[in-house]
Amino acid sequence: MTENAELRQTPYHYLDNAATTAIRPAALEVMIPLLEHGYGNPSGAHRMAREANRVLDDARETMADALGAQPGEIVFTGGGTEADNLAISGVLEASPGVPVCSAVEHHAVLEPVEHHGGRIVGVDAAGVLDLDQLGDALDDQVSVVSVMTANNETGMLQPLSDIVAMVRKRAPQALVHTDAVQALCWVDLADVAADVDLLSVSAHKFGGPKGVGALVVRDRATVGALAKGGGQERGRRGGTHNVAGIAAMAVAAAQTVAERPTAVPRVAALRDRLADGIIAAVDGVVESGVPIGFPSGGPVDRSAKTANICHLCFEGVESEALLFLLEKHDVMASAASSCASGAMEPSHVLAAMGFDRALAFGSLRLSLGYGTTDADVDAALEAVPAAVQRLRERG
Amino acid sequence: MADILVAMSGGVDSSVAAALLVSQGHTVTGVTLKLWGGESDSGCCSVSDVDDARRVAQQLNIDHHVFNFGDDFDRFVVDPYVADHSGGRTPNPCVECNRHIKFDKLFRRADALGFDLIATGHHARIDDEPGGVRRIARGADQAKDQSYVLHMLDQSQLARLSFPVGDITKDEVRTLANDLGLRTADKPDSQDVCFIHSEGGRQVFLGDRIALRPATLVDGDGTKVGEVDSIELVTLGQRKGLNLGGDADRRYVVDIDHDQATVTVGHRDELLVAAQKIDDLEWSHEPVAGPYLVQVSAHGQPMQAMLDGDTLHWDAPQRRVAPGQSVVLYHGDRVVGGGTAGRAEATAVTIDRR
Repeated sequence: MTENAELRQTPYHYLDNAATTAIRPAALEVMIPLLEHGYGNPSGAHRMAREANRVLDDARETMADALGAQPGEIVFTGGGTEADNLAISGVLEASPGVPVCSAVEHHAVLEPVEHHGGRIVGVDAAGVLDLDQLGDALDDQVSVVSVMTANNETGMLQPLSDIVAMVRKRAPQALVHTDAVQALCWVDLADVAADVDLLSVSAHKFGGPKGVGALVVRDRATVGALAKGGGQERGRRGGTHNVAGIAAMAVAAAQTVAERPTAVPRVAALRDRLADGIIAAVDGVVESGVPIGFPSGGPVDRSAKTANICHLCFEGVESEALLFLLEKHDVMASAASSCASGAMEPSHVLAAMGFDRALAFGSLRLSLGYGTTDADVDAALEAVPAAVQRLRERG
Repeated sequence: MADILVAMSGGVDSSVAAALLVSQGHTVTGVTLKLWGGESDSGCCSVSDVDDARRVAQQLNIDHHVFNFGDDFDRFVVDPYVADHSGGRTPNPCVECNRHIKFDKLFRRADALGFDLIATGHHARIDDEPGGVRRIARGADQAKDQSYVLHMLDQSQLARLSFPVGDITKDEVRTLANDLGLRTADKPDSQDVCFIHSEGGRQVFLGDRIALRPATLVDGDGTKVGEVDSIELVTLGQRKGLNLGGDADRRYVVDIDHDQATVTVGHRDELLVAAQKIDDLEWSHEPVAGPYLVQVSAHGQPMQAMLDGDTLHWDAPQRRVAPGQSVVLYHGDRVVGGGTAGRAEATAVTIDRR
């Protein structure tokens, strides 16, 4: 009865970049002519196919450079979740055994690991993997260990080189995977990829389109395909390539990596201003991953987090209501955990960190991105304390 | 024009309620409550119900949100439901959901978020009486009337509520939904308790949560006549499912002794009492004098009674009400108060048998 609501043109204060990012103009630009004219199937034999294949090979080299891998080690997928599933289930298909992961993984890792009867390793109060527990979980049965580079809710970074070292020592047969879906904008993945055997990224988290991602499969690792048939990606991922999406991902990745040295300090400063400002304005707020009991005078050390995440839990506030009020001020944010119905779910990440359930229900993730401005931070600094106060008075 | 939050279950009534408010020019926001995370197929809260509500909201061009009140639902509806069965009382999950979830938790949330009114798709009306008193009244569709499960609403709640479909019949609701092309137009009415799966039913649901106790069936003389698997599932007045032969009129549950795990069966006349105790009687405004029309089940026939203290005296003998069941007092078609049926032992009044 009604037409689709027109997409709003006026800018929101978009602080949900961990959920997805705006596409980079250069990435969008590369897609249109490929969709219009360069639509050949790269698996074919004619000129249009070869042209598409060249686009693919260019993108593969660009992604390899961005991720510190060789072109043959890049497997294009239909996104981050598929890359994670391919890493876990693909390794298990090639080398049957027990999967192991951290308790704070994204469900894209957690669910396949649980599905295959894997072992879940706990974290400390800051969300950092418990290395002793990891040691206990490792034995000669383990075939893949998956620990994320950066957490999607809290932004906490994991000590991957320590983790890799422990796996090499205690379970040398096992491959190490890292879900780096949240990380490319903020972390030099070439360093990470040098250590691990498998690494997942997703284009739409760094200014590329949705529905395309990549799994780095180092030459020493072998994965069986989830999607069989067609033989694409050296038999590791069947299905006709999303050429335009892959090309756009490569453009976005190259730009992200080039901008990272300036983007990280710029966004970290914005994030610190945002987090410090909210904490100064309201009582009863806990920032995840930093020592409870601050501020004790000095600046808060957020070096264990990605530069873009401001993750707070408010006592006596429910995120659903908080997000509703923030939206009224055009601030787009997230509680960082929701289910298929759209309802907020208690966060498994905060539960693993030992957060009280009621406090976890008051979580707010403001995630910045390359496009975040001072005006966005100002808007949130005005809206968040006011909303928290209103909900505490009337909720 | 008001800023109204409409509780949209994904059913046709609340869909049309939202549509009517939009057509009246109000600023309308839809919300679907996620109440139950477990298995169920008979009520609401499934992902497909949320999908339906969201799609209707899109069709109406209104905002739609999902609120997760699952913890409160467990605490105020599901846990008491189990405890009531365990303790030999009849639970009123819909009443408790209305009392604690829709008209308390959601009210407080709506207030904090700045809404003027809350609307639902209940078939009931709100009548204004002289002197500014508001009353829940029966919906225009007597067969679908839901005033019984709304009896607990007080004046402050009634002042902030709207039941847009209370003035029209279910057929008219469906016609409107069809005319508007709403995808919920032909959706079947929800049945039974929303968190219980139709396959397995109460037996499986309760059996997963409490130890069900077998009970002995005895007749009026105390002679054993049979057995049931779980006394928690036996209801006063129950006739079916007892696996007893013989005279159909003599197979009614007339007494349940939870401590002794004994169920007495007898003639249906043995259920008849002249009076009925009410617990926790609450008036929707101030106490109102009788006589009342009294309804003791969701779609039961209202019967006339007077009130003496906390005891109802029926004009004509009525079957005993299962302890815990809601007892709602009407003046005409307006609710004036309600409570729950008291323990049968305390009130049983033996009448002359025919």
